[in-house]
Amino acid sequence: MNKASNRPFGLLAELTYRCPLHCPYCSNPLIMSSPHEELTLEEWSRVLTEARTLGVLQLHLSGGEPLQRHDILEILAQARTLGFYTNLITSALSLTPTKAEQLKAVGLDHVQISIQAAEPLLSDRIAGTPSYHRKIAAARAVKALGFPLTLNIVLHRHNIDQIAALLALAEELAVDRLELANTQYYGWALHNRAVLMPTWEQLQRAESVVRDARIRLAQRLQIIYVIPDYYSRYPKPCMGGWGHQQLTVTPNGDVLPCPAAGQIITLPIENVRQRPLTWIWDDSPMFNRFRGLDWMPEPCKSCPRQTIDFGGCRCQAFQLTGDAAVTDPVCHLSPHHSIVEEAVREVNSDEEISDLVYRR
Amino acid sequence: MSSTSHEMTLSARPRLCAHARLQWDPVREKQVILMPEGVLALNATAVAIVALCDGQRCVADIITTLSGQYNRTVDQDVLAFLNRLANKRLLDVTDEQGE
Repeated sequence: MNKASNRPFGLLAELTYRCPLHCPYCSNPLIMSSPHEELTLEEWSRVLTEARTLGVLQLHLSGGEPLQRHDILEILAQARTLGFYTNLITSALSLTPTKAEQLKAVGLDHVQISIQAAEPLLSDRIAGTPSYHRKIAAARAVKALGFPLTLNIVLHRHNIDQIAALLALAEELAVDRLELANTQYYGWALHNRAVLMPTWEQLQRAESVVRDARIRLAQRLQIIYVIPDYYSRYPKPCMGGWGHQQLTVTPNGDVLPCPAAGQIITLPIENVRQRPLTWIWDDSPMFNRFRGLDWMPEPCKSCPRQTIDFGGCRCQAFQLTGDAAVTDPVCHLSPHHSIVEEAVREVNSDEEISDLVYRR
Repeated sequence: MSSTSHEMTLSARPRLCAHARLQWDPVREKQVILMPEGVLALNATAVAIVALCDGQRCVADIITTLSGQYNRTVDQDVLAFLNRLANKRLLDVTDEQGE
């Protein structure tokens, strides 16, 4: 009844949870599968072949840090042979000029490098390790080789006031895309929400800087600004709809509609070691549970925005209310909206702020 | 010479930029343009336009060629589609007239 009507465009392949950084907003789960359980090169080859047959065109190699895989070049070469447009999402710590040349040689299409702030002191403090200077050097090496480059910064109360400096840095590095992405509160970020969420005043200032920059840099730099959904009136159209355009394969082979969906413990998780990817996409209870519009309760059921935001985020509904099948509490029409209002109120009061908990 | 996102003129000579890749997708049975964080599925007219974007032909040549093939006026279709590609930064454009 909710069977897939669409082929997925994108696969987020989380190759490993290993990572040299310790960012307190990491989207990886609080409890991660062990490196011993990681899919092998042969298993990834099979997954990628199945994904291409399923219709995936964009392959995002992520983690953790994908360069921690010793077989990253083999995985990439295979991906290019299969016809994917390949995107490496990296902390760039081990992205030396030599490594960048090797990645170019096997056909990598696009690189995304994260930095944590516009200057080394704060960037290294947020990353939990000295890393800023190596990231900038890597960005230059990548551009020198002609890769299209996206610079990604996760925004929060400690760095959102640096947006003008981040824009200047992106301009100086001649990056092609700049993602200024406010923290979304899952995993480690939810754990640190009270310390990470920006204030209303901070957001107003940030958005004004972004508006001006979009006009000034229109010809040169694509700026993607992701709002913090706790401050919006309606929820985000999470993943473009559940099981509609994207899927995620975790380091141990679990297949999820999004990277956070593993936490919805009421849904049975399928794994590529047991099932073909096509069956998981088309027929698994997890992917069919929130497909389309039939699952929706009120107020979504009768809402004209149901085809715009798809009821918001299932993971957020689950983690804030314990029920993944209710309207995303971010929506001001949600009966659970007071949970979000309370979190926002706390951040905008003068209550004492606790310390960041770093990902380990 | 400019690289992106100006309104396309008749003397401009466009071609797909190095960041974009034109490819046949056997699953959707369509030509697609792949780019950083995006996919553009092409209809038959779009495929015909992209095929002529070789950096040698100018927009006026492309329009003439396609008008002959389709036996109708295609000026607006071609300009609208090329402007769309330019705004997505998918074209490298040389334009001697515009310098």
